[in-house]
Amino acid sequence: MLGWFDANLVSILNGFAIGALLFVLAVGLSIVFGMMDVLNLAHGAFFLVGSYLAVSFVAGDSWGGFLTALGVAAVVGLLAGAVLSGMTEPLARRPILDQALLTLGISLVVAEVLSIVYGNDVRSVSPPPGLDGSVDVAGSAYPTYRLMLIGVGLVLALVVWLVVERTSVGALVRASVADREMVSAMGIDNRKVKVAVLGIGSMLATVAGVLAAPVYGARPGLDETILLLALVVVVIGGLGSIRGALIGALVIGQVESLGRALLPDLASFILFGTLALVLIVRPRGLFAGKVAHS
Amino acid sequence: MTAPLLSLSGVSRSFGALTAVDDVTLDVPPGARHALIGPNGAGKSTLFKLVTGSMRVSAGTVALAGDDVTRLPEPQRARRGISQTLQHSSLFLGQTVEQNVLLAAQRQYRSRHSLVPRRQAAARARARELLTDVGLAARAGTPVAALSHGERRQLEVAVALACEPRLLLLDEPAAGMSPAESARLVALLQALPESVTVVIVEHDLDVVFALATSVTVLHLGRVLLTGSPDEVRASAAVQEAYLGTGRGALFLDGTGPAHLEVS
Amino acid sequence: MSVESPPVVSTADGAPDTTATPWRRNRRLTVVLGLVLLAVLAVVPLFVDPFGTNTVSRMLVFALFAMSLDLLVGLTGLPSLGHAAWFGIGAYTAGLVAIHWSAEGLVTVLAAAVAGAVAAAATGWLAVRSGGVFFLMLTLAIGELVHQLAQSLSSVTGGSNGLFGIPSIRIAGTPLTLAGYVYWFVLAVVLLGALALWLVASSPFGGVLRGIRDNEARMRSLGYSPFRYKYAAFAIAGGFAGLAGGLFAGLVRIVNPSDTGFTTSALLLLAVVLGGAGTLWGPALGAALVVLVRDTFGPTLDGHGPLLLGLVFIAAVYVLPRGFAGLAGLRRRRTPRSPA
Repeated sequence: MLGWFDANLVSILNGFAIGALLFVLAVGLSIVFGMMDVLNLAHGAFFLVGSYLAVSFVAGDSWGGFLTALGVAAVVGLLAGAVLSGMTEPLARRPILDQALLTLGISLVVAEVLSIVYGNDVRSVSPPPGLDGSVDVAGSAYPTYRLMLIGVGLVLALVVWLVVERTSVGALVRASVADREMVSAMGIDNRKVKVAVLGIGSMLATVAGVLAAPVYGARPGLDETILLLALVVVVIGGLGSIRGALIGALVIGQVESLGRALLPDLASFILFGTLALVLIVRPRGLFAGKVAHS
Repeated sequence: MTAPLLSLSGVSRSFGALTAVDDVTLDVPPGARHALIGPNGAGKSTLFKLVTGSMRVSAGTVALAGDDVTRLPEPQRARRGISQTLQHSSLFLGQTVEQNVLLAAQRQYRSRHSLVPRRQAAARARARELLTDVGLAARAGTPVAALSHGERRQLEVAVALACEPRLLLLDEPAAGMSPAESARLVALLQALPESVTVVIVEHDLDVVFALATSVTVLHLGRVLLTGSPDEVRASAAVQEAYLGTGRGALFLDGTGPAHLEVS
Repeated sequence: MSVESPPVVSTADGAPDTTATPWRRNRRLTVVLGLVLLAVLAVVPLFVDPFGTNTVSRMLVFALFAMSLDLLVGLTGLPSLGHAAWFGIGAYTAGLVAIHWSAEGLVTVLAAAVAGAVAAAATGWLAVRSGGVFFLMLTLAIGELVHQLAQSLSSVTGGSNGLFGIPSIRIAGTPLTLAGYVYWFVLAVVLLGALALWLVASSPFGGVLRGIRDNEARMRSLGYSPFRYKYAAFAIAGGFAGLAGGLFAGLVRIVNPSDTGFTTSALLLLAVVLGGAGTLWGPALGAALVVLVRDTFGPTLDGHGPLLLGLVFIAAVYVLPRGFAGLAGLRRRRTPRSPA
């Protein structure tokens, strides 16, 4: 057992790194749906925007580019969320499919615009200085940047959890997930909440894109892959559940990483198998926050 | 004595701290015309949901013709012969009058598994027959969305009957009907064969006393009294409960108490 | 109910045709129009060059594909975002059968249909059982996974190079070498498939599907178990999508992973929505149009067809709100027209 653990330590650490990224992504997707009933299929495209921003700004050996990319990505994400909020407003009373189609259209447009601007080649991004090396973890060399990613993911998870569970803003979020009418009855402007939630949700996507760029680079099609993983995480964890997003992300991170390392041909099957297994036991995910509005 | 067609024993349903239906025990013999009356919030509609299975009981058992159906899901209970009309019109708005009835009627015919249109003739004939019975034959091809309120209630009854029920639950079938429409409804229900047992929730006491062979009065989720229509009319307890809650609240349309006293 | 009242059907008495079986009204006009369309379709290869004939063949295949999706989206109210999975599985199956076993046309397309139905049945029950927005997400996930499998199982599917070298369709052992013959084979299968779908839609089974779309709770109280019907619809739709995929493989003779992918699913959904969900023929028309536009303007867009697709999507959501009216069983209630 210990031998197996050692042999696969790199994969396991990779799994945590992927899990940390997925959590940042999925928590945005999950809260946006849980609170606002918006299924944002453009989430993956927003992620890719972040990755390409990293391609644009990160140059040479300096932290400046990386931090600039992060800042710009955050602003772009907030703006994108606000725009999305405005665009979905007229669709609020329509079937969920309408919003899905809208965000699908947006994701196609965004992805194509990116491929027009940046071309179809795979672009890579180097980690910021100091993080571009590797460290010795139990005898194997492991990229420092990925370790940092795990740390950032855990810190973010902690921050989000604290905000949602311990602050008044968080109480509002939880109340909205549980009972939207009640919140609007309390006299809180639903539209402002929506702009804020979609803005923050989208920002998490673009920031995750920047963070992921040194690992995954940026390429056309990455948006779909990432969206799929985030959706699987959200479905496994339960819509609107922070805890679910965290656990789902960690599970899927390991499944992706270990699955690809041990059984590369069957990785997709394993991913779907995990999803199926969870849904057989819990049709609405591990921590279903509420009954999905059907 | 034959087993009661519907037998509720100790049936309760709570929503958090609120107990909407509280320890209701009730036997409805086959062929009965049984009425449930009581003020709004007495738990009548909830009780219906517990019988049909669209809502689970918190405690107690529901038996149909001697078989415990408490654990059966709604579709299976329906296939055993429980059919209902709902208080809030629950039709397929996008479809025509005939298609609405056909959806219920075709379940009785094995031909529903066939893809050949001609094979559906029997179900169609039955649907048209029912539409004639409720007086909607001329509207067969009309979309439900275009029907008047009264017509929709009539259609509800036709749909419920198309299930060929053993137990027919009617939740305020006459609500919003004109006097002529509700007289027609009463005649239709009176003409139902003995094989159909009817339980009706109705505020219009004219309809109730024209139909019912027995009456249960529900109050705050509990059975206040079960008896013949005469017994219920004469009951001091009922009168008192009515007075206690204020007459206006007891019967929505306000005609109820007057009838109680007059008759 | 559904959408865009079909122009053929809705005009005569000014009333909206809201019946679920529009073909019953103005039957004669419908029949005449249908016969004219059939006659035109039948003689296409005699008057159109092989390239054009090929385009029309593809339009027919996608028409059948769109109708199969309409069975889910329009009739049952189950919006699938991964329907191309079954199309792709059918296409790969037909291609592999043709390469390794027999290129006999009927064998390949039937194998494709069975593969599509079996794959849909094997995975669909999860999506159907979960329902609601989970259905959207799960169909999307299933579609993506099939796409990834097509990419990664390169020893079987040819990976990202695609499955090529598919022999031409044979009928009774004779290969169909001319575009016209292939076209007639495609036309015959598509018509049979369309007829079968139409029969399903107008049967009592189809009625139950519409009932579930409009009011699932009421169907339960009428004694139907919605899950069984939705699941059956999902498998049937998968089978017909597989059939269309099988035709596609025989027609184009190369299958790419993208044929199972998200973009294909999205394209199809667009066709269904634009054409008018729930009418079967509307989506068929929509698909023919979408393919025509894609193949005509695709080259001039320099490979950025999805950009146009995305813009049309966004526009359609706002401009054609009625086009969505019958979807997902969540349609807004239309103002009832009182009988004059």
